Amino acid sequence: MSASTLSHAPARDPAAARALGRRRSYMDRIITAFCLAATAIGLFFLASILATLLWRGLGALDWTVLSTDFRPTTYGDDTLPKGGLLHAIIGSLIQVSLATLVGTPIGLLVGTYLAEYARGSALGNAVRFVSDILLSAPSILIGLFIYQLVVLPMGGFSGIAGVFALAIIVIPVVVRTTEDMLQLIPNTLREAVIGLGAPKWKMIVLVCYKAALSGIVTGVLLAIARIAGETAPLLLTSFGNNVVSTDLGRAMASLPMSIYQQANSGFPDLIAIAWAGALLVTLGVLVINVIARVVLRKRT
Amino acid sequence: MSSTTDQPAALAEGASFGNVQARSAATINAVSRISVRHLDFYYGANKALKDINLELPDRQVTGMIGPSGCGKSTLLRVLNRMYSLYPGQRAEGEVLMDGRNMIAPDVDLNELRAKVGMVFQKPTPFPMTIYENISFGVKLHEKLSKSQMDDRVEWALTRAAIWGEVKDRLNSSALGLSGGQQQRLCIARTIAVRPEVILFDEPTSALDPISTLKIEELIDELKRDFTICIVTHNMQQAARCADQVAFFYLGELVEVAPAAQMFTAPREKRTQEYITGRFG
Repeated sequence: MSASTLSHAPARDPAAARALGRRRSYMDRIITAFCLAATAIGLFFLASILATLLWRGLGALDWTVLSTDFRPTTYGDDTLPKGGLLHAIIGSLIQVSLATLVGTPIGLLVGTYLAEYARGSALGNAVRFVSDILLSAPSILIGLFIYQLVVLPMGGFSGIAGVFALAIIVIPVVVRTTEDMLQLIPNTLREAVIGLGAPKWKMIVLVCYKAALSGIVTGVLLAIARIAGETAPLLLTSFGNNVVSTDLGRAMASLPMSIYQQANSGFPDLIAIAWAGALLVTLGVLVINVIARVVLRKRT
Repeated sequence: MSSTTDQPAALAEGASFGNVQARSAATINAVSRISVRHLDFYYGANKALKDINLELPDRQVTGMIGPSGCGKSTLLRVLNRMYSLYPGQRAEGEVLMDGRNMIAPDVDLNELRAKVGMVFQKPTPFPMTIYENISFGVKLHEKLSKSQMDDRVEWALTRAAIWGEVKDRLNSSALGLSGGQQQRLCIARTIAVRPEVILFDEPTSALDPISTLKIEELIDELKRDFTICIVTHNMQQAARCADQVAFFYLGELVEVAPAAQMFTAPREKRTQEYITGRFG
């Protein structure tokens, strides 16, 4: 459009302009109202869940829950010994920490491969694609996979099968965060290391990992938070146990499995313990998430 | 080359490493440190450098100027084989240093990069302490005792004119330094490896005028011991720093001449147009 046509364009009608302005401000208010309403609905459910959890969980959480393992229901008879979740807490700690130890190095190396060695290569794209699918795969499938691979050959449920199942969930989470964090490192930093005459592996291990450390740690923490609450993969692998067991060759309890089993029991006293377990898992995940945020903020 | 043990002595004399016997012959026609012969460079199918012939005189500053995309940075990245990091980039021809063709496939790249150091456009401090930033490169090539390393770190930081500013905080993170300090730290890191050639890729384009001045003074000082090649967009900088200036345009080396001649009486019309701001 040339300047001459612009200057011949008719002046805007002030009344029409005012009407348009009014329409826009109405529309703006309607959209704002929708957004606020959606937020309120979302927050209502979240708050309701948290309030119920705190209400029922805090009511049931006491020292007995933390210090004893499973006892059958008391049928409301207070003279019978009350049970707790010690077996589940210990089982969860063992399985989650071992799964993190197994899954983190694998995820770290795969993420390093994707970010440092396989950028844009066909194999790298394929690995990234598979890893992303694994990231969103239904976790019961992972349980089923380990069931076939470990539980059936071993002839029974075992803690080690649970560890493997959880480790498989850890891997894609760590792969993604490691790759993302390494890709944030500017190429000029890599070139500066290479320019000093450093071999590539030293560049990665001594400089890139250091530069990406807090991001990678955050990824691992998020993976821990994720597997701490997983139930489905454990259902078919470590199954659960009613006594404190540290034997990886036998069935092993875990908090999510205990919650599942006791909440299904139908006995009010066991259901109360399940609420206490749910509160413990939620608090644990919350703490890990807070740590992850602090670690990530420290770097920026 | 002096051994590491007599380094403090060399420091005291204000002398340094390198071929001490040839220093007096530092004129524009000095011995060539690197000879580029019939160099072609390709980014994939795209030819970015065409038949480049250039001599980098020993312990002189060669300035490379030209509009963006003319190939001057590309040539710099050929000299230390940085392009070898990226598949699809390749060079043909000869880059002779000590009688060897440095773009041959069998060259030990880590050894070459120890001899030909590089300072980048943006300061690139490593996420470590100031001390570790300097010792990092040294450790790659030499085994030094703690006291030898201390001496080397002090020597490099002194040569890069930043020792006084950081000597009390060698163990704090290098990321806390200002941009100009970071760039001098990067220069110190490069010097610490004791290269023979230092490549500067627009080293001051991200810096303020005061920091720029310091870096330029530093380059002037460093050329006593190192052969220097600097890519710059700043014509005044080339005039101030360089002994010899090369003008690139569209992947060709249009003209190379002593700085004084280049900026007063260029032979080529394109050179004259560029340095007078007619294009670029």
